[in-house]
Amino acid sequence: MKILLMGNPNVGKSVLFSRLSGVRVLSSNYPGTTVGYTRGFTKVNNEPAEVIDVPGTYTLEPTCEAEEIALKMLKTGDVVISVIDATNLERNLYLTLQLLEKDIPVIVALNLWDDTRHRGINIDLDKLQSILGVPVIPTSALTGYGIKNLVKNIPKASAPHAPTRSLDERWALIGNITGQVQQITHRHHRWYERLEDASVKPRFGYIIAALVLSASFFIIRFIGEGLIGYLFDPLFNNLWTPVLMKLSNFMGGGGFLHDVIVGKLISGQIHFVESFGLLSSGLYVPLAMVLPYIVSFYLILGLLEDIGYLPRLAVLLDTTMHRLGLHGYAIIPTLLGLGCNVPAVLATRVLESKRERFIAATLVCIAIPCVSAQAMIFGLVGKYGVQYVAIVYATLFIVWLVLGTILNRTMKGLSPELLIEIPPYRLPPWRTVFQKLEMRIRGFLVEAVPIILAAVLVINVLFVMGVFDYIANFAAPVITGILGLPKESVTAIIIGFLRKDAALGMLALSPMTAKQMVIGSIVLTMFFPCIATFVVLLKELGLKDFLKSAGIMISSAIIVGGILNILL
Amino acid sequence: MVQTLSEMRADECGSILEIHGGQGLLNRLGALGIIPGKKITKISTASMRGPVTIQVNRTQVALGFGMASKIIVDVDRGVK
Repeated sequence: MKILLMGNPNVGKSVLFSRLSGVRVLSSNYPGTTVGYTRGFTKVNNEPAEVIDVPGTYTLEPTCEAEEIALKMLKTGDVVISVIDATNLERNLYLTLQLLEKDIPVIVALNLWDDTRHRGINIDLDKLQSILGVPVIPTSALTGYGIKNLVKNIPKASAPHAPTRSLDERWALIGNITGQVQQITHRHHRWYERLEDASVKPRFGYIIAALVLSASFFIIRFIGEGLIGYLFDPLFNNLWTPVLMKLSNFMGGGGFLHDVIVGKLISGQIHFVESFGLLSSGLYVPLAMVLPYIVSFYLILGLLEDIGYLPRLAVLLDTTMHRLGLHGYAIIPTLLGLGCNVPAVLATRVLESKRERFIAATLVCIAIPCVSAQAMIFGLVGKYGVQYVAIVYATLFIVWLVLGTILNRTMKGLSPELLIEIPPYRLPPWRTVFQKLEMRIRGFLVEAVPIILAAVLVINVLFVMGVFDYIANFAAPVITGILGLPKESVTAIIIGFLRKDAALGMLALSPMTAKQMVIGSIVLTMFFPCIATFVVLLKELGLKDFLKSAGIMISSAIIVGGILNILL
Repeated sequence: MVQTLSEMRADECGSILEIHGGQGLLNRLGALGIIPGKKITKISTASMRGPVTIQVNRTQVALGFGMASKIIVDVDRGVK
């Protein structure tokens, strides 16, 4: 049996999915967190059943890629759990009525049930059930309330074969239904509801946005630097260095195997960035330089996501984003890109047109450094002075604006208008915030650390074989001629294809001036996405658009690097 | 008083009279409950002809200024 979880965006399908299948998926408080589908397994009547978390949709007439996926999934299912936000019966019933017109058994999960009471909403369950003609089960996925009851009733799901109605007929019916089953007690606005309204009003909205964004930045830096300075650096320096030095002595202090495993000694000492051995840089870069920022960035992003602030930012930035050929909602993939470009490229599926998706994905890959790259920029460029870090960020921001404007002017078509639901603010329970953070940290450790170790190994082997010298001489005209970088840095650019953090670490191996470090970091960020992003981008854009996007990346990296080389 | 949604002031209520647009727009708005006859409250317009935020049913929806200009509303004046 194949069970589909369907419903409007942001009604808690993913949380319900986790409850049913035990598979943990990311969930947030904004429409469009789930853009692909996830499958898991559960048991109904002791028989195994497949559960699928379908992207949210308002209607079965799709308006974007994520909704198209939802419609395709519908044709493959055996039973649909129509997930409804009980605090918002009217709007949610529209999709449910459409589902009841289809030839598939439906059961309704009236989710967020615990929220109805303090919002002054009273729903007559029995009446709703008899009008719809399918089982209606109140649930609260967050607390687990009603889940067992829901599973028990899945076999009772039925297909009432309702006649196909027009849009107006459906809304008339919804008015009729809610009039019969729903009672709303009027109550005064709460403080957070006033805050909700204030955060989309022109003047207050921008003040709140400036406060939220600058506070986020400082908290991310504070926690990140704190973890590095008080936890990871002392751990590596005081505990790990002695172990490595013993190992180094044991291996004779030099030689190929020594350099691969421990790394080259620099004036007789281990240097955690420059030694570049598997057990020195291979561990220090991901664990002590990048991981602290992964923790701090995703803690803050997770909070902003779950509170429900991001759609409001989309409203405020809509006018600006239109100049880049996008609409405000593209700020969500962009912010996700500051963490990792892979989910960012996937998140462009919430945008309506192909043109918009192309622009958004290309801009993310070029001008949005992921948290791994940023951590290294702070660590390495920051040594020369904060002003150089500022130059890197300012340049990337200008590139984002200018390139977006150019793409908007040169590509055919218009940017569609914004049309989004603004979710209410919710205070996320700490447990869910930390669970989500843990998932993202685990993802980083599982995916990034092996690739970084592999990169360090490959670099060492190729170095000994002299392959890099050959390429370096070949690429010298561009690298030294246009960008003004030492020709050895070509190795870093090649490694940038694997991972940006390892590549930036490589960059620091050759003696660099502050200017070279700035240009190197910018070129590395812009030049090409890392392999994981590359694969996703190719899949999302298709070969032709991908090649176009890659062409833009390479040429803009060289142009911007060249200009900086002249200006700085 | 009849005005477009974009002309309405913040905190005013009214009911939608008609929506000038193709079937595609009507479907997209309709799925969110924005249909003729519906009572709405305007919450804000972002600066520089930015998106208009409204409350419809129990949902807040933000829609582009252009879309909002196509929605004709019978505004209740003096009633909050």
